[in-house]
Amino acid sequence: MSALAHEQTPVDAAPAVTALRRKDLLGIADLTTEEIALILDTAEAMKEVGERPIKKVPALRGKTVVNLFFEPSTRTRTSFEIAEKRLSADTLNIAVASSSVVKGETLADTALNLEAMHPDMIVLRHSSSGACHLLSRICRSAIINAGDGMHEHPTQALLDAFTIREHKKRLAGLKVAIVGDLLHSRVLRSNIHLLNKMGSDVWVCAPPTLVPADIGRFGVRATSHVDEAVADADVIMLLRIQLERMEGAFFPSLREYFHVFGMTEARLGRARPDVVIMHPGPMNRGVEIASEVADGPYSVILEQVANGVAVRMAVLYLLGGGGVDHEEAA
Amino acid sequence: MKKLLKGGRVVDPANGIDGVHDVLIDGDRIAACGRDLPVDGAAVVEIPAGLVVCPGFIDMHVHLREPGQEHKETVATGTASAVAGGFTAVACMPNTTPVNDNANVTAYILTKATEANLARVYPIGAVSRGSRGELLADIAELRQAGCVAITDDGHPVATALLLRRAMEYAGMFGMPVIEHCEDSSLKGDAVAHEGYQAATLGLRGMPGACEALGAERGILLSELTGAHFHVAHMSARASLRAVRKGKEHGVRVTCEVAPHHFTLTDEALASPVPYDTNTKMNPPLREAADRDAMLAGIADGTVDAVATDHAPHHYDEKNVEFDRAPFGIVGLESAVPLSLDRLVHAGLIRLPRLVELLSVNPARILRVAGGTLSPGAPADLTILAPDLTVRVDAAAMRSRSKNTPFGGWELRGGVAATIVGGRTLFVNAAVDGLKGL
Repeated sequence: MSALAHEQTPVDAAPAVTALRRKDLLGIADLTTEEIALILDTAEAMKEVGERPIKKVPALRGKTVVNLFFEPSTRTRTSFEIAEKRLSADTLNIAVASSSVVKGETLADTALNLEAMHPDMIVLRHSSSGACHLLSRICRSAIINAGDGMHEHPTQALLDAFTIREHKKRLAGLKVAIVGDLLHSRVLRSNIHLLNKMGSDVWVCAPPTLVPADIGRFGVRATSHVDEAVADADVIMLLRIQLERMEGAFFPSLREYFHVFGMTEARLGRARPDVVIMHPGPMNRGVEIASEVADGPYSVILEQVANGVAVRMAVLYLLGGGGVDHEEAA
Repeated sequence: MKKLLKGGRVVDPANGIDGVHDVLIDGDRIAACGRDLPVDGAAVVEIPAGLVVCPGFIDMHVHLREPGQEHKETVATGTASAVAGGFTAVACMPNTTPVNDNANVTAYILTKATEANLARVYPIGAVSRGSRGELLADIAELRQAGCVAITDDGHPVATALLLRRAMEYAGMFGMPVIEHCEDSSLKGDAVAHEGYQAATLGLRGMPGACEALGAERGILLSELTGAHFHVAHMSARASLRAVRKGKEHGVRVTCEVAPHHFTLTDEALASPVPYDTNTKMNPPLREAADRDAMLAGIADGTVDAVATDHAPHHYDEKNVEFDRAPFGIVGLESAVPLSLDRLVHAGLIRLPRLVELLSVNPARILRVAGGTLSPGAPADLTILAPDLTVRVDAAAMRSRSKNTPFGGWELRGGVAATIVGGRTLFVNAAVDGLKGL
């Protein structure tokens, strides 16, 4: 009996696999389709927990989770923290400004020092791609990637998939158009891995200056014509334009970007009538997305935020020993 | 004191020799090389069958890190690594602390080399003061102190004008200008080759064109000035094309390729260890088409030399996030096994061509002694065990640093012994029959 089942929570619609047989969640690239389905199915049960008057289950009671954030983040850190607390974990937030990193300590030493205090899981956000892999090699604790450089942001892709699945009841066969700064986006990379594995038809769209090298090998259709990307799309996902380093360097002006690539109601007309609009946040209104689209009837942007908690609860639960394997061992 | 190496296969391309010969060493010089030389009171060493006697290998691109970065390497540890790797001489890059841009630093390096008394050391001076790319360094003084070439390696020479002037000025002494070819604006803050691997791993990439622009610039200026331009650690197929075209047009351009660039591709960034900082170097590991072009250039003669770009870094410096780690790997003790395995045993070239790449041509490019077993040449010899199975063991390396991506690799072909100036400085314990050397 799992801790969740004690609370009469339906985690019963048992999927093909019942545990993540891995120590860490470093990226979607490593996951099988069965593992992705397991996380999404588990998240459904977790979502129900968040809708109760008492939003807490004892699944991770006695477990220590460290949220180690080397980059500023409000949404992701808050989401993880709420997820951890709803699972009764003991949580600890370390942000770069208050850590010893400013004293010149290396990431490896920071990790070893944390490790000495025996946390069960470390949720890491870092500006360097591969930082989670480095930590994973050093630490016994489970490492959860909360975004590493331009590499992956697996829980974002999982919550995106969860949100799509809620609306479309499936991922396979959907046309998903991803528009925005593809080059610097970890959200893009995780989403491509996940949507490809689940059988979606992925289109990506950006000015050529913001397209990763060899995009053809990613298994997606790439175009610089936003109308082509959006045509008959089931899902449109917009990626943030990083204002501070983009203008004049990757395209002439934000005004021109919005003119050529911005998601407006007029452009939406080409998509399927039941299209959903997604954005991982934070949004630049009037740059990658018009306000009337962000706030309009097709937008599921705030649902993404809500689902983020459920998906992160699922990941924490499955990696933190909530799986069947662990119970059998105990 | 005479020593007669008897009965080994001798490969001496400078004299067109490839066959069973004897080599007579008299003191620190080669006295003779021929068939059935008379013993004439010399100590006789029978060279076991299967071993190959070559003129000493010269690694023309090494970072010895001294002065200033002794935690990574010193002249003593670097030259110990060299002789263990089969190199009788190394040319060391000027990006030390301080930069080797004046005779005092050159003299310091040479003093350390004399104290170490292992491989010969040929310092390479800076093109510009502090390698800052503004003012020419004291090139004549560097030459007089013992520098054999100039470069601002680690970076390209900052401007085309400065490179042109350096070529004109160094050309007066017949010194080659060695260039780390790179367009800095195109490189930006890239840490890997721009391609699928960097794109999926989320690493900022620099394309092959970034290097080729630098190569094209130098080749054009070499044509303009008539000076000898040498492309360091070439990695991109577009650079090779530029060199090939330059040579066809009679430009005085030469180039070198490092073993990691003819062995690995950028796939090593993803596996076996994702984000292994020992796969980070500049120029970066490139895609298969570039690696294959380097192999083709080695086979067709466009590539003049194999040089390691031996770049030791301390464990702590490499045990960080990929984008924060310094560029470079050690190479002296894996270069010969990789070359034998990947070039000779793979059927790409034969041994005489390998000896050209590792001995004859580096000596010719740097205009230093060696590269031959002619009478009167320094008694610098590399004895190969081409069929020896070698397992690369990073921990056992003589270099002070162990930053290699080849740890654990099993390769066919190794070094049997290294002789510098008639003194046997390294004998491989895994090779029998060389006790008397």
